[in-house]
Amino acid sequence: MTAPMTDDAPILIVDHLSMRFGGLIAVDDLSFVAKRGHITALIGPNGAGKTTVFNCITGFYKPTTGLMRLAHPDRGVYYLERLLNFRVAKLARVARTFQNIRLFAGMTVLENLVVAQHNTLMVASGFTFAGLLGLRTYRKAENAAVDKARYWLERTNLLARADDAAGSLAYGEQRRLEIARAMCTDPVLLCLDEPAAGLNAHESAELNELLKFIQREHHISILLIEHDMSVVMQISDHVVVLDYGVKIADGTPDEIRNDPKVIAAYLGVEDEEVEKVGAEVGL
Amino acid sequence: MEYFVQQLIIGVTHGSIYGLIAIGYTMVYGIIGMINFAHGDIFMVGGFIAMIAFLALVAIGVTAIPLALFLVLLIAMALTALYGWTVERFAYRPLRHSFRLAPLISAIGMSILLTNYVQIAQGARVKPLPPLVTGDHILMSSEAFNVQISNIQIIVIATTFVLMAGFSWLVARTRLGRDMRACEQDLKMASLLGVDVDRTISLTFVIGAALASVAGIMYLLYYGVIDFYIGFVAGIKAFTAAVLGGIGSLPGAMLGGLLIGLIETFWSAYFSVEYKDVAAFSILIVALIFLPTGILGRPEVEKV
Amino acid sequence: MPDKASHTAPSISVADALKDAALAALVAFGLFFLLIGLRSAQGPTGALEVSTRFTDLAMVVGAVFAGAFGRAMIFGRGPIRFGGEMPSWVAPTLAVAGRFATPALLIFALLVPVLFFQNRYILDLGILVLTYVMLGWGLNIVVGLAGLLDLGYVAFYAVGAYSYALLATNFELSFWICLPLAGILAAFAGVLLGFPVLRLRGDYLAIVTLAFGEIVRLVLLNWQSVTGGPNGISSIPRPSFFGLPFNNEDGGFAATFGLEFSSTHRIVFLFYLILALALITNWATLRLRRLPVGRAWEAMREDEIACRSLGINTTTTKLTAFAIGAMFGGFAGSFFATRQGFISPESFNFGESALILAIVVLGGMGSQLGVAVAALVMIAGFELFREFQAYRMVVFGLAMVLIMIWRPRGLISTREPSLYLGEKKIIPASLVGEARSGGSGS
Repeated sequence: MTAPMTDDAPILIVDHLSMRFGGLIAVDDLSFVAKRGHITALIGPNGAGKTTVFNCITGFYKPTTGLMRLAHPDRGVYYLERLLNFRVAKLARVARTFQNIRLFAGMTVLENLVVAQHNTLMVASGFTFAGLLGLRTYRKAENAAVDKARYWLERTNLLARADDAAGSLAYGEQRRLEIARAMCTDPVLLCLDEPAAGLNAHESAELNELLKFIQREHHISILLIEHDMSVVMQISDHVVVLDYGVKIADGTPDEIRNDPKVIAAYLGVEDEEVEKVGAEVGL
Repeated sequence: MEYFVQQLIIGVTHGSIYGLIAIGYTMVYGIIGMINFAHGDIFMVGGFIAMIAFLALVAIGVTAIPLALFLVLLIAMALTALYGWTVERFAYRPLRHSFRLAPLISAIGMSILLTNYVQIAQGARVKPLPPLVTGDHILMSSEAFNVQISNIQIIVIATTFVLMAGFSWLVARTRLGRDMRACEQDLKMASLLGVDVDRTISLTFVIGAALASVAGIMYLLYYGVIDFYIGFVAGIKAFTAAVLGGIGSLPGAMLGGLLIGLIETFWSAYFSVEYKDVAAFSILIVALIFLPTGILGRPEVEKV
Repeated sequence: MPDKASHTAPSISVADALKDAALAALVAFGLFFLLIGLRSAQGPTGALEVSTRFTDLAMVVGAVFAGAFGRAMIFGRGPIRFGGEMPSWVAPTLAVAGRFATPALLIFALLVPVLFFQNRYILDLGILVLTYVMLGWGLNIVVGLAGLLDLGYVAFYAVGAYSYALLATNFELSFWICLPLAGILAAFAGVLLGFPVLRLRGDYLAIVTLAFGEIVRLVLLNWQSVTGGPNGISSIPRPSFFGLPFNNEDGGFAATFGLEFSSTHRIVFLFYLILALALITNWATLRLRRLPVGRAWEAMREDEIACRSLGINTTTTKLTAFAIGAMFGGFAGSFFATRQGFISPESFNFGESALILAIVVLGGMGSQLGVAVAALVMIAGFELFREFQAYRMVVFGLAMVLIMIWRPRGLISTREPSLYLGEKKIIPASLVGEARSGGSGS
């Protein structure tokens, strides 16, 4: 793990977050801090509530209780639990990808990336009016948008597919496109929901490269849900472990790797047996 | 007070007829996610079949009214069910796995076809029938007003209640009902598990049509007139009722039907007749603002 | 696999085909026995009597038998597939034809009044077709681009028409002032409809738009003091040629241009007027598709949740779709009012909404050319069979069903990207999102 080029300030503070659906408690009193410029991984067995946490952070669910504070490098603090819907992405600059890949399948790869820059372009088009009149400001802005799209297409190895329909891309390409699209929104926090799912070893390695690049060159903080331990262990600076909606561990990848509670959670061992297993294993 | 109760009776009667039609809409939507625009016209066809069957029976000498009505019920249910089956088989099944809007347009085309087919076949004029079920009972009375409930109203409400109960039992307890519920949840999985999806869907349409035909008979007996256009009007109202109650929900269809019937009746009684439909539609819109999936509808949580 | 261009039918024995035909005939008998075989009519006493029409019944059942037999023999029992692949010259020819179709149609449209100057009937038909083309293009913005299933589009048509009529008859403003005002009022109605449906999905959205359309019609029908109720509004001022009236007098159009007066002058003017309005609608649509708002519409149609995650305000996006679509409907309504001189609520019923939606879907949502062709075929085809009255409606309904089965995505169902780096690649319909209904796909 390379030393992150950060100043150790927090970018996201999640404080006593709870999410309840009727009688079901999906997330129970979760608190953690993601540092600026770090890659923070959120792991845990299936059904642990990880995507729910994401949905709370990115404005798709309104949390039952709790605070989520996003500290912008230059724009102050945003209270994410109060920003709903699209505003989290627009104002707080939090971008995300989805577990089930949500691309605009009927639009081309390039169009997908240009749509991501919608808000900038809307202003440049004078909220459509300048655009209708064919004024130059809009055309310049659109060209700039295409340039940015081209940049991310190169970084994600998709330039050759720029004019193909997004729905016709291979699975791995679609995953990369989603990340490229998220980057086109110029986020400060990038939330990735299982970006390595379904990727083979080679593709996972490429993904690691991409994420490290984003962290290093663009100083973007990354929050990552992942099951693929090679990705988690190789690139994360900080790991938070959830089980049944509760945080059971929080630390560096090495600390987590050896934590008996984490092992128990994945192996499904009863609490009392944790110590026994720990003794057997020689911890 | 008496006036109120009288309107209540009228409203429940209208509502029962709407509810019977609404069940067809809601079942079909629940199982294949499609708005069957032609369903209102199936109701109209059912009414026409009933009328002609009745006239034919009288012409060949069956004059005992209860016997005639019973035979009419059987004939109309069977033949209207056949219409329901045919419409599904030819206009919807080929489109089942295709583009979402295609069955909708096909249904609209089917609706146009049925309405005009009946118009050509039976003429555009309104068909009157002498009242077949007569008699009424006085429930309450005061100096100014007697609250009456007529036999036909009792029959409508009772029949609807019985059919509703029977149908709920069918959905909850029988094999067919289980198959229907499975198809509603996940069509592909149900077929993988051995449910005959085609047959289940056909039966859904068939039962919906049969219920609509009963509604048609009730309409005929209650109003004494029928024309080829009633399908459209009743169809829109019944569909509104199904959505109001929560589309896909059986009790919702009945509840929605009753609500629409009551709203209509009370609005015309206490405010104005001309705007009763506006009232019904407006209440639908307001209800959906606060309950986007209808009153008893299952809230659709979209997986993010 | 059947060879291309050959008619190898899956083999089926005559006995089986006869069985299928007999079954079909039996079903037909059940369906048609009472409704065609017998006829109810009011007898001399006013009561209903029933008479027989068994020859008609026999003919219909016989036709079904023959048809089913023929179908079984030619196509076998499975779904109908035409031979194998189409001959290799078909696809490229269609592509070339497609490129020429748009300019060809445009030139044809411009020349219609010249070619058919004396034929009032053709000119009126052309105006009718162009009105529906414009309505189709307007609805295309809402349904085709933004993916919002609107079943009450006629409401905006009505608002435009009545706004124009009321402004023109009460305030005596000219057409050129009333038209934009009517459009703005219709856009306002669009926003009004937009608010309650923001949280609704698919079919719920559809029924609310339908209810809205009905409410507008019923209000127009019953608010006698303002709208004239069932009598509508009449004596709507006829259009003038930028101030020159189309009459026989010295200050009139004919006199000013040194032409002999003919009542067709006004009709020709109306034709070019609706053509211009339609072309403006088309231009606006194509333009908007290339602007962020248009892309946001299409993205919303594809996946609304993804849009929100990109910071797109889907609320305002939906409202603008409704508003702009409604505005063009309003313009069309104004034109309708001034062309007819008289409007009544009958012209603005659900059937119109259904017809316009059918035009959009049959033409291929999102395709301007497809919608125009569909309008031409359906409206002109419909008019030309006027004498057959109810029969043509039956054929019309049947045609809708058959076309949907044949081409569920409409005539021209591909999508042209609005932006490309190297090469514009047409996107096939199977990938393009549809007007949202029910649960979203992943």
